[in-house]
Amino acid sequence: MFRSLSLAAAIALAAAASPVLAETRSSVTIASPWEVASYDPAVAGFTIQKLQIMENLVDADATGALRPGLATQWAASEDGLTWEFTLRQGVRFHDGSAFDADAAVLALTRAWGQPGVLQKAPITQITAKEGKVVVTLDAPFTALPAFLAHATTIIPAPAAFDAEGKPVALIGTGAFAVSAFTPPQSISLMRNDAYWGEKAKLETATYLAAGRAETRALLAESGDADIVFTLDAAGYSHLSHVETVETSAVPIPRVVALKVNAAHPFFNDPKARQALSLAIPRDGIARAITRFPEAAADQLFPPALNRWHSAKIEPLQTDIEAAKALLADLGWVPGDDGVLTRDGERFAITLRTFPDRPELPLIAAALQDQWRDIGIELEVSVASYSEIPAGHQDGSLHVALYARNYGLTPDPIGSVLQDFGPGGGDWGAMGWENQKVVDALKVIASTSDQELRQANIATVANLLQQELPVIPVVWYQHTVSIDKNLEGVVIDPLQRSYGLSEMYWAKD
Amino acid sequence: MAHYFKSVLTVLAARGLQAIIVSVIVGIVSFAMMQALPGDAAFRIAAGRYGYDMMDAAAAEAVRLELGLDAPWFVQLWGWLGQLAQFDLGNSLVYGTPVVDEIATQLGYSLLLAGGAVAASLMIALPVGIATGLNPNSLLDRICMGLSIFLRAVPAFALGVVLVLIFAVQLKLFPVAGFRGIENLILPSFTLGIGLAAVSNRVVRDAVVDAMNSDWQLFARTKGLSARLTLTRHVLRNAALPVVTYVGVQLAYLIEGVVIVETVFAWPGIGHALVHAIFGRDIAMVQGTALTLGLLYVALNLCVDLACRGIDPRERAL
Repeated sequence: MFRSLSLAAAIALAAAASPVLAETRSSVTIASPWEVASYDPAVAGFTIQKLQIMENLVDADATGALRPGLATQWAASEDGLTWEFTLRQGVRFHDGSAFDADAAVLALTRAWGQPGVLQKAPITQITAKEGKVVVTLDAPFTALPAFLAHATTIIPAPAAFDAEGKPVALIGTGAFAVSAFTPPQSISLMRNDAYWGEKAKLETATYLAAGRAETRALLAESGDADIVFTLDAAGYSHLSHVETVETSAVPIPRVVALKVNAAHPFFNDPKARQALSLAIPRDGIARAITRFPEAAADQLFPPALNRWHSAKIEPLQTDIEAAKALLADLGWVPGDDGVLTRDGERFAITLRTFPDRPELPLIAAALQDQWRDIGIELEVSVASYSEIPAGHQDGSLHVALYARNYGLTPDPIGSVLQDFGPGGGDWGAMGWENQKVVDALKVIASTSDQELRQANIATVANLLQQELPVIPVVWYQHTVSIDKNLEGVVIDPLQRSYGLSEMYWAKD
Repeated sequence: MAHYFKSVLTVLAARGLQAIIVSVIVGIVSFAMMQALPGDAAFRIAAGRYGYDMMDAAAAEAVRLELGLDAPWFVQLWGWLGQLAQFDLGNSLVYGTPVVDEIATQLGYSLLLAGGAVAASLMIALPVGIATGLNPNSLLDRICMGLSIFLRAVPAFALGVVLVLIFAVQLKLFPVAGFRGIENLILPSFTLGIGLAAVSNRVVRDAVVDAMNSDWQLFARTKGLSARLTLTRHVLRNAALPVVTYVGVQLAYLIEGVVIVETVFAWPGIGHALVHAIFGRDIAMVQGTALTLGLLYVALNLCVDLACRGIDPRERAL
């Protein structure tokens, strides 16, 4: 057996060795868990944007501050209902065609017609006028430029669509053009030498989707992939001892949270939701499951969202005795088996979660164990994540555990409005509405007065902390391993870019 | 010779009919199974398309409207059968790309991996099986038996990771994952091939033992053929029949049953795609993939039949 193995090894080595030696390092391989199988910005926009294949009218830096992208400037009319975006001149798509207002309007109109972020803005029309893109609204909405930085509002070339308007190619204006696409696993890129901005230092790059965390850790350790994103806890701690790579963890605006059905008789009193929160072992979960002790979420908005996170907020605590006392106040009495009862009803509930993020079922198991101590019998149902919005719609949901990204747009107002605005949201409040929050959100979405905006953000954050329609558990860290010889790597906490165009190999 | 062609034609006609029956049955059964799955298809498809950061009830309703998921099941089934009659597998409900394009790419990679795995397994199983078959119950035979049981019991996932650790991470002979070139094929092929060889080397061994104990083997030796000539002219040819049949079965298993190995090695195969399609309730992809796999079974059976006829002159005479 070993003979045939080593024979095969020798043959393959002979075949592979010669080109490897001749190659200078002007290429990197990126590995991440997310597969790409579509040309559609609504489906695959996140990866297309991160790989710098296509670009937005508006760009953002690592702090979320907006900066010019394919639009050089933008301004709203005095009544706040008309926005004009002045476009960058002389930009060409990868196929050589010119980028202009018609191309931008075509792409944005399509994005607006798809389920996605633009449908959450009060848009009434998107048109081209005198070389500018004009967006009209039926209510003032200051976050519009931030929405145009979202991954699903990238601008493909008109040639990327077929006659029926279906996306059939990956043609953009970005620093890299696609040289080969093998869905769902890989995209090969080459430098766009006609790029309007600073050209990439690398000549080529490869994106590889590797679904298993073990595979990604091995890719990093062997050097087959130069940058590997999203490592599991075991892989991350192993790679931190490997000499050839550097590991890094960057806090990102994603939070693991519990959605509670506040219309359910068990949870309609804020005290009940506070009791659930007091019985969440945040420190233990952050230490033992996600393994970043500083990431225990004592408020909803993570530190990465510096305008929404507040040091002044009273942090959420863990206190089992206080939780029991709150439930006793609400009339719950321990039964013979330790499970609470009230008016002949047992405190037995179901938590819905999903396995796509492997830590979620583990956190659910920790909650199940901890909540038993305060007399709550929790059944955990691990299924498709679509069961959570489905349960929200038909009212059958009790509690749900999920991960929510508040950094999808550089300004999180879009997501917050969706989650805590009138009627709540599929990934936010359920059976809960607070007029003060609704009013404050309206101001945040429409004012351009920064001080007023900040005061209203504080109001929202404080009320969410007291009322707990959604209970935060842990914040996320973006884990990355990087080859030690690779320079210029910047990890974007908003996950808008892999920063490929800035990277270069150190000279030996 | 005329007999031979006649028997080949009979086989072709029988398998052709089988292909049509398989297509219809697989189509209806996979459709029925997708309909029977719990949960709302519109929500599942929207989840597969937009991911959990973007998916909500509004997206699900848009999907329901776009794909006509409200239509009664028989209208949907009839629509699909109608498309199929025109050799149109439709578009993926999740990705929007033509199903036939996706399958063509993925099936190619799956066949490559399956071929590599069978080649790897034969490289191991044939020499080991023949050597142990010629020396049954020897020390070598017993050691190989023990090793076979051990290697068969190790899950492919674990074996794959061990091979990667040794040959990719430590020795740096092969890449860990991906599919840039032929060097990427070696480790997944051997991961699968070792598991297959663990069984097939025993099949080879038993076939050789049977052949060596047969009357015609004794006759060949008695009429004066050397041990070597008896082996190459008579024993191997006879022993090949069960082995070829078994390799056919293995190939079928390989093409559809290697999801976990495809995932570990980030290999864009059809098994991996089928599992994702089922999760995403991508009915068009599931039906297209199931149909392709069903037809592939028929084609494999045909190849095995023809190969056996080529090896065994008695079948041609019938």
